[in-house]
This record gives sequence, C-alpha cells and structure tokens, in this order.
Amino acid sequence: MPVQCSSCAKNRAVLKRPKTGHSLCKECFFCAFEEEVHRTIVAAELFKPGERVGIAASGGKDSTVLAHVMKVLNERYSYGLELMLLSVDEGITGYRDDSLETVKRNQEQYELPLKIVSYEELYGWTMDAIVKQVGLKNNCTFCGVFRRQALDRGAIMLKVDKICTGHNADDVAETVLMNILRGDIARLRRCTAISTSSEGDEVVPRCKPLKYAYEKEIVLYAYFKKLDYFSTECIYSPNAYRGYARTFLKDLESIRPSAIMDVIHSGENLSVRDGVKMPVQGTCSRCGYISSQALCKACVLLEGLNRGLPKLGIGKHHRLHGKLLSQEPLTEKEEKKLKPPEF
Amino acid sequence: MCQVDEDYGRDIRSADFLSISKQCVKCKVHTPAVLLRVGDPYCRGCFHEYFIHKFRAMLGKNRIIFPGERVYSFNFYYLNHSVVSVNSVYSICRSPGTLGCVGRPFIMLNGALIGRSLEDRHKTNTNIRVLFESTGFPFHIVPLEQVSAPSYFHKCIFLFTTVLLIVYCKLPTLVLTRPHMSGSNCASSYKVAVGKFDQNKSCAIQPSCQQKEPVDVSKVHTVQLQQLVTSVKTHTAREELLNMLRQHLLLHMARIEGYSKLMLGDNCTRLAVKLLSNISLGRGSQTALDTGFSDSRYGDVIAVRPMRDYSAKEIAYYNHLFNVPYVFISGLDSKDSIQRLTESFVTKLQTAFPSTVRTIYRSAYILHLLLCMPQSLMMLLCLCKLEAVELKTLLCYSCQLTIKDMVSGKGAVAGLVFFIGL
Repeated sequence: MPVQCSSCAKNRAVLKRPKTGHSLCKECFFCAFEEEVHRTIVAAELFKPGERVGIAASGGKDSTVLAHVMKVLNERYSYGLELMLLSVDEGITGYRDDSLETVKRNQEQYELPLKIVSYEELYGWTMDAIVKQVGLKNNCTFCGVFRRQALDRGAIMLKVDKICTGHNADDVAETVLMNILRGDIARLRRCTAISTSSEGDEVVPRCKPLKYAYEKEIVLYAYFKKLDYFSTECIYSPNAYRGYARTFLKDLESIRPSAIMDVIHSGENLSVRDGVKMPVQGTCSRCGYISSQALCKACVLLEGLNRGLPKLGIGKHHRLHGKLLSQEPLTEKEEKKLKPPEF
Repeated sequence: MCQVDEDYGRDIRSADFLSISKQCVKCKVHTPAVLLRVGDPYCRGCFHEYFIHKFRAMLGKNRIIFPGERVYSFNFYYLNHSVVSVNSVYSICRSPGTLGCVGRPFIMLNGALIGRSLEDRHKTNTNIRVLFESTGFPFHIVPLEQVSAPSYFHKCIFLFTTVLLIVYCKLPTLVLTRPHMSGSNCASSYKVAVGKFDQNKSCAIQPSCQQKEPVDVSKVHTVQLQQLVTSVKTHTAREELLNMLRQHLLLHMARIEGYSKLMLGDNCTRLAVKLLSNISLGRGSQTALDTGFSDSRYGDVIAVRPMRDYSAKEIAYYNHLFNVPYVFISGLDSKDSIQRLTESFVTKLQTAFPSTVRTIYRSAYILHLLLCMPQSLMMLLCLCKLEAVELKTLLCYSCQLTIKDMVSGKGAVAGLVFFIGL
C-alpha cells in the first residue's frame, strides 16, 4: 500500500527521512531540509546582511548542495549576501581536474563568481609531485594542512568576509570520535563549533551551515534535485584510521539513527578541566599565518619538501624549528631520520 | 627478496629475542612471569608489589578515602561483562599498608531479567556465597528486584506530578535528596587522619565474617521488573535502563546501610568503553562523572573508582597468577546495543593499535562536569545534573532517548516510576 506524505498528506511519500524517520514527498522533503539549514543559520547568526561569503566548492555532493541551498535561502529569506565559489586545485590528476570541471559547470548553473587557487601557484608543489616524494602514507597530512591555508589565501584574494564549508553532521560526529580516539583535546573542544571565531587578520572566519544535516539526506537532496556533482573518492586517500571511526559511526547510526546527533550533542557539552595545558595560538614567524609554534605546519611541511626531508612535518620536531628559521643545515643524524622511505 | 626454498637459518637469531625477557625488569634477579608491556617483564613477586602499590597510590593521591574508614562498599556488578571478579580489591585490602580499609562486597543479581529459573538463580547465589565466605569479608547479595521492594519506595507518584512537586514544592524524594557533606572529611584533614591511624594501628577495625542473607523477593516484583524491561523496545535503551536501576539500588543500599563511599571496580579498559558509549548515547556532559576517580553527584555517598588505572589485562594476569576466584554471571543478551558495539569496537581497535585504550582513558582524565546547577535540579533517572535550565522536563538529553524507546503509554512510564521509587 502506498504511503502518504506525513507532512502534507496529499502526495505519495517518496522517502523516509534518515534523521527523523518521517515519510515525506519530494516537495516536503526539500522544504524540511532547506528550513533546517535556514534555522541553523539564523540560530547561530552565521551571516550579517551585506557580507561577501565564499562557498568552499570541491564539486562533491556536500559543497554542491551547500552552494545550491545557500543561493536558494539567500533569495528566499533576503539574507543580502554576496555569494561566490572558492575552489582549491591540489593538482591531483584524474581526480581534482575532473571535479573542478563540475565546479565550473556549477558556476554557470548558479551564476556565481568562481575563484580557483592552486597548490602549484601557492607552494610550487602539486599533490602528484608530493606523493611522488613522500609516498602514500602521510600524503593526506600535506593535503589537509595546505588546503586549509589555501582556502584562507583564496578568501583574502577574493576579499570575502566569511567562508562556508560543506561539513555535514556525519563529518562533525566522526571528528568528535576521531579526536577522542587520538586524545586531541584541543581539537575536541573546537571541532563542534559551528563557526570559528575571528582568529586574527590573516584568518577568515569559517562556518558550517550543514552541521546538522545528515550525509544521507544531503545525498537524497542532491539526487532528487538532480544536482550536478562529482562522486569519486580521492585516489590518494586511504586514511585508514579515520575509516575506523567512520565505520563505527555508520554502525551506531544503523542501531540508533539519532546517534549522529547524539555524538554531536556530547561533543558540544564536553568540557575540559581547568589547569590542563592547551596550545597557545600565535603567528608563524615566516608567513604570519596562525600557529601554536614558531613555524606553522604548512611552512614546516614545505621546508621538508624543499630540503628533501618530507618527514620533517610528520610527528613532532619542534626542537628543529630554530634551525629551520635560521636556515641552518641539519646534522647527518637528524637528516637520516627525516629522509623519505627508500623503495 | 622472497624466494621459494629460501634459507634464512643463519640470519634468524631467535636467542636474541629471548634474552630481552630473561630477567624481571624491577628486581633484575627472578625469571619474569608476566609481560605487561613490550620490554616490561615482571616476576611474580614484583608484579604483586607493583599491583598493590598502584592501588594504594591511587587512593593516596586522591585523598578521598580516609584511613581506617569503615564506610566502604565494594561493588561487583560486571553483568555486562559477565564476570563478577572478586578480584584484587579484596586481597589488596587485606595486605599491609592499605590504611585498614574495611569493605563489604556487594553483589547484585539480575537473573530475573534474563529469564533464568529460580533454581538456577539459587545455584549462582550459593556459588557466590561460598566464594565470599572463604574470603572472610562481610557481604551483601541483593537481587535487582529489590529496587522495587516495599521498603525501598516511600511514595509512588506519577512521574510528571513528581516533576512538578520537586520543582515547585522542593519535596525531597528518596534518591534525589542530597544531604550536605560532613565538613570533617575535607582533604586538608587527610594528613591528620593518616597520623592518627598510624598511632592506633592496633585498634584498626578487622573485618568480621558477617553476612546479610539475600532478601526474598516476591514473584510480583520479579514479574514487574520483567515487564518493565520488556516494555523497552531497543537493546540500547534496555542496557541504559538496567544501568539506571542498578545505580538507584546501589545508592539506596549504601544509604540504608550507612556507607558513605561506594567503591566501583571499573578498570581502564572498561572506562574507555564507557566514555565512548557515553559519547555515542549523548551523555557527553556526564562523562566526567561516569569515568572520573570520584563521583560526588549523590552528595552524601561518593562513588570511587580505585582500579581505573589498571588495564583489563593486568587484572586478568593478577587473577590468574594469584588464583583469585570468580563467578560467571550472564548479562543481558544485547548484541545489537550501542554499548556492546562500542565494546567490540574498542577491543578490536586495541588489537590493531595498542595505545587506543590508554589514549581514550587519558581524554577522560581531563574532562570535567560542564555545568553547575542548583541541587534541586537533579536528573530523575541517571541522577546527573541537567544540561539546561528548562523546567519543562527533568530528563536529560540521553534519558529522553531511553524513554522514547519505551513502549508508549502511561503504563511503561508509571512502571519506571514504581521502580526508581519516586
């Protein structure tokens, strides 16, 4: 027997919402999804009228849905925002070049300006070249650190006031679990925040309007709206440890669908005891970017690549920062530890 | 390179590997009996010493339990884990230098919940009694049904009526009452108390072999308990409910027997699982209480976890090496519950990454309770403080999820009220 939409009771339901379990028709689902994102934006006061907002676009499902919903809501509720797309080209042949084509199509579909910043122009290295030197083991560290900085630099170039990213509820919950498993309390404290506070002139605040949207619902939204998105996994990302957290979260979700929201709720309500040492935020003495050390992670990684010692930024080598800053050579013993694996 | 019929005979020097663990890492004389971590082999004697020292250090460092204090109640309730370990705590407390702790092991039986026959339950009961009688400690065996025994509840009011009464009339209820702490037991007087205890060592209280017979419970209570548990639709919520009932019964027993400290046998591995399952159940804000050394949410009764530094492996080694007896009690069959899933996740991850449990445990160490709320706003079910000042409900986020998983209707909620003795 066909199930009627539990919201309008007129049309036939086409899906069961993973988040609430309600059976909805297509139109009611779109409405519910968009309204939830709107409520999130309003409740957290993410934007102010007249702001220039950069949407971090990779061409994947999350950022495509984000761009679409932001455009719809901006018009519907007159946010008064000037939206633009911001993409990072990591230089991964067979992956990013294809996904950037999708972003370019999105640019035309949504009529939004697009800015692409590439690793090659910012750092002089593409991910293909980095993987060639460091291998497939720690390459995601390079990509992640560089991407964060590249987005900020792109945002400064575009003169935007805020960047919004397509992180969804699953991503946030997964990060909470990951930070507990890794014992990273500093990140655990801030990973559930919907918006980063203005950390200085060099950093553009970021926000996650899809923080409470389930990944499954984002896929359903993109599917029913027939959005044009790119769905291939990065060819360089095995990232095994995050995989454990992801599988665990999916298992939790299958037992209790609200588990994703429950994990986020827990993360938001965790509190760290007084007197626990926390890294103090400063600025990198080379590039001026935010850093808790004398040199920011991106500069250390880059220095490692340029010196042919890729392991310099993997693990903790804070003691060597002084030498790096004063351009001193490392001892033979130090270099031996940091050289790439020989195949 | 790997080749067929390769001869590695000359290259493999197995003797070198053996030489690492030839001597105990501490006394450097005896042959090791256990390998706790890579490169840390201990002989039998040193392991015993190390194990007891760790326990004493934990108590000494936290200064919550005073020397010679009679107010101990050991609680062995690993029903989930299915093993009631009458383990190290008992033998440690009898060893010299533990400041004369006198404890009463407390065993909670949940046979009724898993539908075991009366005969079967009596058999377990007898086994446990024999085991404890041999230790010489006074002990309690309490069936879980007693959480609903007539002596336990003073009044039975429908949940929401009670909510209003607590909020507006501030009527004390049995478990929600939070008497003031006695001022004498503050940390500053700890040294004085240790000094006094050392002087009067000869008068230290010795355990006497008294025991309390388990209270007979009527069939009505057994049926009611079973009905309450079957009214819960999901295994996750069932485990949660069982935990709450257990918590209420423990607190109640401690209060009527006049104990001010409850000693829980949670180890490091168990706490790591507890932390992660708390996070998954939306209990993030309460995690600090559930996993910390001391849990003072009840006010007059403080729960302590002196074994939180031991890994499950260390305890298993100790029990095996020193022939510590244990009894097997099966728990709820809840394979597809969040608690079980978390347990198997942590265990599997620990095999692949041996520092997993320690890392999670360290995270628990630096958390603390987020909010300070007036004492009248205690959570009804899990006895935790509320997360928000909303009087429309006295259920915390996670308890709301548990209630949601109960069969709808007033009957189930009223049954719960009956059991938690409001």
